Amino acid sequence: MKELIEVLAKALVDHPEQVNVHEIAGEKSIVYELAVAPEDMGKIIGKQGRIAKAIRTVVNAAAVKENKRVMVEII
Amino acid sequence: MKFVESTGKSVEEALRLSLIELGVSRDAVDYEVIEEGAKGFLGFGAKDTKIRVFIKENAVDKAVQFLSKVLNEMNIEASITAEMNEDSLSIAMEGEDMAILIGKRGQTLDSLQYLISLVVNKDKEEYIRVSLDTENYRMKRKETLENLASKLAYKVKKSRKNVVLEPMNPYERRIIHSALQNNPYVSTKSEGDEPYRKVVIYYDYKKSKVSNS
Repeated sequence: MKELIEVLAKALVDHPEQVNVHEIAGEKSIVYELAVAPEDMGKIIGKQGRIAKAIRTVVNAAAVKENKRVMVEII
Repeated sequence: MKFVESTGKSVEEALRLSLIELGVSRDAVDYEVIEEGAKGFLGFGAKDTKIRVFIKENAVDKAVQFLSKVLNEMNIEASITAEMNEDSLSIAMEGEDMAILIGKRGQTLDSLQYLISLVVNKDKEEYIRVSLDTENYRMKRKETLENLASKLAYKVKKSRKNVVLEPMNPYERRIIHSALQNNPYVSTKSEGDEPYRKVVIYYDYKKSKVSNS
């Protein structure tokens, strides 16, 4: 799951080497904190969060397949 | 975008040198002339031609590479076919677990399609429209929406009350609009802001008067 988020984020940003995903396992769900270069924030969030929403939708689909609950937070 | 600059006595020579440097074939690059060379006279005033050579990035390869990486990380096995027609790229996936890739009302499919189009159009001037499909979902969804549109139009015609549809993306709203464009009694409009924009079907008194007279 972590790798999936990395693949998605790295393909969208200008500085893929600064993409960092941090996994925090909770009781019921896993939170993934996605960090990118400050100038790449827009490329990962998009107008009205459209890109962020698309990333979350795809990650959620992968999570459903593995019976997991995941959240992606952009920090 | 990746490019190199090279100089030579002529455009052909400069181009040939840059192809050797880049290690690619002629049809993989575009170039622009930065400085026009001059032959000069008896060796005086001769100037080399300077060109800038760009590697054309292949949209199909980029899209397929990205999508297969994503599917691989999702643990979904699928075969991908992609086809480029003028300025649009059609990609189809085939395999098991396609229901997961489609998602509720196609939202996963739409999200993937949107992400692929961002990747393909990144750092590009001309826009390539990307459409992603599996198991003929797009066509089936279109038929579903057209059936829904004509059923609701009938209801509006009978009751003369507006019907508001659930929020849809621009592509699906357009299917509804065009399905009812020539309906003699009702008209359609869109209301609200993205991503919650909805189609409203309403009884059109003006249209109906014309059709009744």
